[in-house]
Amino acid sequence: MKTDTIAAIASGLTHAGIGIIRISGPEAIAVADRVVHIKGKKLQDVSTHTVNYGFVYDGENKLDEAIILVMRAPHSFTAEDTVEIQCHGGPWVMKCILESVVHHGARLAEPGEFTRRAFLNGRIDLSQAEAVMGMIQAQNDYARDASLKQLQGNISRKIRELREQLLHEMAYIEAALDDPEHISLEGYTEKIDEKLDNLLIQIQELIRTAENGKILTEGIRTVILGRPNAGKSSLLNRLLGEERAIVTDIAGTTRDTLEERIQLGGFTLRLIDTAGIHSTENPIEKIGVERAREQARQADLLLYVVDSSQKLEKSDQEILELLQGRRSLILLNKMDLPSVIEKEDLEKRTGQPVLSLSAREGTGIDELKTAIENLFDLGEIGKNQQVTITNMRHKEALEEAENSLLLVKQSVEAGMPEDLYTIDLMNAYESLGRIVGEAVEDDLVDKIFREFCMGK
Amino acid sequence: MISVSDDPDKENVSVKIEEYYDVVVIGAGHAGCEAALAAARLGMNTLLFTVSVDSIALMPCNPNIGGTSKGHLVREIDTLGGEMAKNIDKTFTQSKMLNQSKGPAVHSLRAQADKQEYSREMRKTLENTEHLWIKQAEVAEIVEKEGRLTAVRTCSGAEYHCKAAILCSGTYLKARCVYGDVSQYTGPNGLQPANHLSASLLSHGIELMRFKTGTPARVDGRTVDTSKMEEQKGDENIIPFSFTTDSEAIQKEQISCWLTYTNEETHRIIRDNLDRSPLYSGEIQGTGPRYCPSIEDKVVRFADKKRHQLFIEPEGNYTHEMYIGGMSSSLPEDVQYAMIHTVPGLEQAQIVRNAYAIEYDCINPNQLDASLEFKNISGFFSAGQSNGSSGYEEAAAQGLIAGINAVRKIRGQEPLILDRSQAYIGVLIDDLVTKENHEPYRMMTSRAEYRLLLRQDNADLRLTEIGYEVGLISRDRVDYVRNKEKQIEQEKNRLEKATVGGTDKIQDFLARHQSTPLKSGVTLSELLKRPELDYWKLAEIDEARPEYPYEVCEQVNIWIKYEGYIDRQKRQVTQFKKMENKKIPVDLDYEKVNSLRLEAVQKLNQIRPLSIGQASRISGVSPADISVLLVYLEQRNRMKGGAENE
Repeated sequence: MKTDTIAAIASGLTHAGIGIIRISGPEAIAVADRVVHIKGKKLQDVSTHTVNYGFVYDGENKLDEAIILVMRAPHSFTAEDTVEIQCHGGPWVMKCILESVVHHGARLAEPGEFTRRAFLNGRIDLSQAEAVMGMIQAQNDYARDASLKQLQGNISRKIRELREQLLHEMAYIEAALDDPEHISLEGYTEKIDEKLDNLLIQIQELIRTAENGKILTEGIRTVILGRPNAGKSSLLNRLLGEERAIVTDIAGTTRDTLEERIQLGGFTLRLIDTAGIHSTENPIEKIGVERAREQARQADLLLYVVDSSQKLEKSDQEILELLQGRRSLILLNKMDLPSVIEKEDLEKRTGQPVLSLSAREGTGIDELKTAIENLFDLGEIGKNQQVTITNMRHKEALEEAENSLLLVKQSVEAGMPEDLYTIDLMNAYESLGRIVGEAVEDDLVDKIFREFCMGK
Repeated sequence: MISVSDDPDKENVSVKIEEYYDVVVIGAGHAGCEAALAAARLGMNTLLFTVSVDSIALMPCNPNIGGTSKGHLVREIDTLGGEMAKNIDKTFTQSKMLNQSKGPAVHSLRAQADKQEYSREMRKTLENTEHLWIKQAEVAEIVEKEGRLTAVRTCSGAEYHCKAAILCSGTYLKARCVYGDVSQYTGPNGLQPANHLSASLLSHGIELMRFKTGTPARVDGRTVDTSKMEEQKGDENIIPFSFTTDSEAIQKEQISCWLTYTNEETHRIIRDNLDRSPLYSGEIQGTGPRYCPSIEDKVVRFADKKRHQLFIEPEGNYTHEMYIGGMSSSLPEDVQYAMIHTVPGLEQAQIVRNAYAIEYDCINPNQLDASLEFKNISGFFSAGQSNGSSGYEEAAAQGLIAGINAVRKIRGQEPLILDRSQAYIGVLIDDLVTKENHEPYRMMTSRAEYRLLLRQDNADLRLTEIGYEVGLISRDRVDYVRNKEKQIEQEKNRLEKATVGGTDKIQDFLARHQSTPLKSGVTLSELLKRPELDYWKLAEIDEARPEYPYEVCEQVNIWIKYEGYIDRQKRQVTQFKKMENKKIPVDLDYEKVNSLRLEAVQKLNQIRPLSIGQASRISGVSPADISVLLVYLEQRNRMKGGAENE
């Protein structure tokens, strides 16, 4: 078994307090010994999982002082011998050290190669490898938590459990076909029908988490609607002021659409078309119901801001109708002013949750957060859910499995002979296997690891 | 061709027989017969060795051919130009299509054979085949020069030079028959074993395994009380095995088999004497088949079963002897007597032959390529039970392929390799050469992933063309099958276009078949898909129907009825082919592949799979290893591509 030794900057090439150069492979410790000088000892003699202090050299040239971590196979991320050099976190220093490491016998790692090795060495399966990437890309608590659970194998366990059940059914049918004397299919159709229902419930539950999971990890696409002077702008500013994380202006898909991201608690709101809100010269007549309809179509969440000091108009009515059947909240703004609209009355008329708040005063914002969490099952389920599907590939595989099982149910209902069930059972089994990498697809592995960043 | 070589340096020279052939076949059982026939029919001068000319195509165990999945093999053998199907059509005493209540994929033909007739008919066919010669002698040695097989030598020292040889030694290599504490070094049925060849094979680096199998006792039919048993009759309409046998011509009076059961008393006797079974005492070391267990195995394994089926089957028209199917055993003689006499209908049974277990040497088939040629000895092939399989049909299938490939090797042609989506034969051979076998390998429908496409009814459509290309199928025959294919296609298309509306006649027809009335017009093919209807029932409302032979109608019916399933199975095959088409270079050095686990390296080096698909089926190679291989091959390809671009 011959594997080469790879190295990369693991901490990213930006100015930071500490920079990490990671070396992995059978020669990792030998390579590190060639570039690192530790007083009185060699890394090859130190125990695994020790922290060592020393200096990094490129030949005669002293580059930096560093802390060196040694992790011997198989107890490392890659399951290979691994050395991590923690140096000062300047891009130039890190680059010099990496060059020295490469001069002394390591090869520059490809993007994702460390994780790929962890996968190929059997330390993690495919869904766990994807979780590593999810972890790096996580933008909020929700995504981080989902990735961590995935990394810990929650998805893999659940999928294996489902596959195990499918395998059991297939094995039973096959055994009965091969040995009808000892294994009978009498009464089996009722039994498998029940089992199929049970499996379908579990798979559909997972797919349901995927719908939320994607919204929640990527951010809730939110549109704020309302008449001019209803207080959209002050609500936006209030939300921006509340958030504790970074605000990024991302140039939208179309030139005139701006997207702003706001961290609220564990989740992210992606506010669509805030340009429209910022522009004061944008009366609702101009936006029109058509425009609102278009925006509503794209959104995961609609926030309709109503000025509680003004009576509702016909155009309000039309927009309110748009909210029907959507995840939406009606925000009764300016509650600091005398109100002409009754909250309960509006709730009854629209069938939508109504919140009173004052964007200017900042009251009711916590309630807004809770209301959004409730809308997306975030509060309870989000936190306690053991398995959340956040990966589109997984979701598609689950949907394929679902379809296959529905076909088996059709076969059962149509009174087809049992030996035909296995075609679709096998398809479901294979679809699920692709999630964890137990069913092999030709170019999947390469595709997944190509998406990784360098050094991971 | 016969020459006598003598040594000029010596006086009183010992004269040694020396002859020259194209193909030598070692053993004239079911594998050997097919191998020799295929080679001779393809024009090769062929010599077939047997330890007893009177025991050609012997059926030393069950008196039937076919059965679940084995019936598929027989039909595939037929469509590739083999003999087994034709031979059983000539010699059967009862015929039955099994599993008719299940889907068409698992329908399977089984025929009871007149054993002696079967053997005699096969011998007649062999003897009437040009270029084919039979010789009674024990082959003791193979002769190899520079990695190529050049000759075989018999016990007497006679040397038979050949361009290719096929090992079909069945269960004869160092065979030992055992029951209780009685152990005899004999082949099946007390025939002479082959005691010398094993050592020669070993000396040429061939790895041997020790397997065991068994057979039940035979009783005298005059002492069997069938009134206490359930009669098992044959089908009223006999369907032949061979696609070329005229079914009209073989309708005949059939003889019955009889079903009876063991009981708790039988089981008690067996349990009380388990310590006297050579299997349980450790006297027999060989591994037995899990899928064809002895009665003592069944009693132990299915301890909660109060009874097991026993089929009492006639051994032929010439004898009263009957086979007790389901009761193979190696228990001592007195225990056998006692347990048989507890069975209803067998209380007074006179035992003709005892049950026994047989232990024998076979090769580890992982040493073979999918062409059934030894990887390390060019021109040396192996087929049948000597490859660790079990069953007449499995043996015959391999024999046919080995025979064909020996000829192709001699002619410098690519070997015939059927894949798992083409034939049960493909599944059988792929399993043997790829997977780890710890017990005699038996064909089963569950082993065929794409069985809905590999039906026994469409074996001719799948394989006749291949048989024709190989040279064992006539032009007339392939033309017939091509025409049949065309007719199926035409009729399918017609039914997909022909529509009927909700007329009184149609609604009345549907009502009579408990089928939902029509609301609007539908095609006949849509109606045919309804579970309660089929092609033949639709005849009544299908006025424009042309007349087609039954075999065409049968295909049309299956094709339309199971269209959705067939389509999905075909998609699975596409997926499968993708991996089969990812070829692994023969010279790949697995030691150089990063991250492959040691066990996988060893296994891959041993099997040397031709494709990623085959690699993924090797026991001990995990999905992660396959990913490693895929990544490695991808990078290798990219590097090659890069180098070419430079």
